[in-house]
Amino acid sequence: MLSELFPNVKMEDIWTAIGETFYMTLISVAGTIVLGVLLGLLLFLTARGGLWQNKILNFFAAALVNIFRAIPFIILILLLFPFTDFLIGTIRGPKAALPALIIGSAPFYARLVEIGLKEVDKGVVEAAKAMGAKTHTIIFKVLLPESMPALVSGITVTAIALIGYTAVAGVIGAGGLGDFAYFYGFQRREFDVVFICTVLIVVIVFIFQFIGDYIANKLDKR
Amino acid sequence: MISIKGLKKVYPAKHQDVLAVDNLNLEVSKGEIFGVIGYSGAGKSTFIRLLNRLEEPTEGQIYIDGKEISAMGKQQLRKSRQEIGMIFQHFNLLWSRTVRDNIAFPLEIAGIPKGKRRARVEELIDLVGLKGREDAYPSQLSGGQKQRVGIARALANNPKVLLCDEATSALDPDTTDAILRLLVDINEKLGLTIILITHEMHVIRKICHRVAVMESGRVAEQGDVLDVFLHPKQPVTKRFVEQVMGDRDQEESLHLLENYQSGQVVRLHFVGETTNQALISQVSKRFDVAVNILQGKVTQTQKGAYGTLFVHMDGSAEEIARAIAFIKTTSVEVEVDPNAE
Repeated sequence: MLSELFPNVKMEDIWTAIGETFYMTLISVAGTIVLGVLLGLLLFLTARGGLWQNKILNFFAAALVNIFRAIPFIILILLLFPFTDFLIGTIRGPKAALPALIIGSAPFYARLVEIGLKEVDKGVVEAAKAMGAKTHTIIFKVLLPESMPALVSGITVTAIALIGYTAVAGVIGAGGLGDFAYFYGFQRREFDVVFICTVLIVVIVFIFQFIGDYIANKLDKR
Repeated sequence: MISIKGLKKVYPAKHQDVLAVDNLNLEVSKGEIFGVIGYSGAGKSTFIRLLNRLEEPTEGQIYIDGKEISAMGKQQLRKSRQEIGMIFQHFNLLWSRTVRDNIAFPLEIAGIPKGKRRARVEELIDLVGLKGREDAYPSQLSGGQKQRVGIARALANNPKVLLCDEATSALDPDTTDAILRLLVDINEKLGLTIILITHEMHVIRKICHRVAVMESGRVAEQGDVLDVFLHPKQPVTKRFVEQVMGDRDQEESLHLLENYQSGQVVRLHFVGETTNQALISQVSKRFDVAVNILQGKVTQTQKGAYGTLFVHMDGSAEEIARAIAFIKTTSVEVEVDPNAE
């Protein structure tokens, strides 16, 4: 029945593509969290009135974030070819997509982290200072835990954008569902494949959104 | 215990620098509850933040327990801050932590091992009366309960000084009273020195031993709470005293009561009075006079009652004179014929 409706869909190929999409998304989400939180903290802490107030550092961090956010993802991949080649040793396959995915989404997430940190009650930071807390204590025991729901919803939004990016990366041969839909579906005129890939990507997005919302809700005790 | 010399804080601004605290000198002794009252913008909020250097002083010295806070390096200041508790108007609790974990936070900062931490937290929960709410999150607590968590947290590291930044201003009157009682209780039990800032005179009246009145960055007046209530010198102080005692001008309305043909109108001044509260009934029992209370207000302070009563005594002239002589032997001040002037 399924093979009649979708004559060109081979399940094992689809599974491989799903696996590649998950691989790219999950690893790049992990990389984005690390890089994004670091950048976001830097933006927040060096801003005026911040714990490490520093005009120059803040200027450079903001410039870095803005430049990388301004470059369209498809162009960023091309620009990063030499860097990717140096880092991964190839520019093809799911692994080669990772540097571009992380560098493309970390600045976006960094801004979301910054917004989340700004929402933390300044009074609570003041209270921690009054207790004699060190800066790293304030970061790890006040700022990050108190902004956690915002950080989680931020990474959910970013992860969903990343799923879209993996499909774009597919066009230059990164693998995954986007790749599969483009080369096997579109170029061979096998539109049932395109349809199946689209449905699967939508399902994956829904799953990420659901998990993200669930965790953010659980964490929020306000 | 706390000694403040020539304290000054200037906020630089484009056109004109803002002088928030100006040449402030204060001495607070150990175990004292010292109140600072002022309208918003008087500089009291800046003042209390200067004490633990949440704001850096521009000039002047702050000594707490013999150590000069104003001269400390960062490391040393952090250590000292652990011995200065602070509570806030908006409580400033971490919403992501339970009551227990909020109270444990300063202990974590001080590097107390986990086992000891847990025991100390239980003690504190008992002390502030939050038994049974240990696992609640701040969002599940009432304002008064939140401030209790704030107090427990501030006391966790056995501080010598407690700074209260408008600690009751966000609470309703009943809860305010309960929190003030808790503060007095802690002050007596632990011998803690408390500095509190407020804009509400009844907070000063209820719990403070001494008070400083601040106006535009300076101390306008300071002294024992009773003294300040009795003889407010500055206009700003008079306004605050009126907050609790009512308007003095109102007393002048007694002129209208001149339709008393016989007897005597007397003004009784209760100052730090605790033993003679049955004075009126004593007078009417012992002497053959009818005592009629016309108007008055008596209020309780930490050091006893303070207030005035206008009474009308009727009877024979000698009997009235004897009654007045009797009152004069107590600590109540008598002013005969207050309208005669």
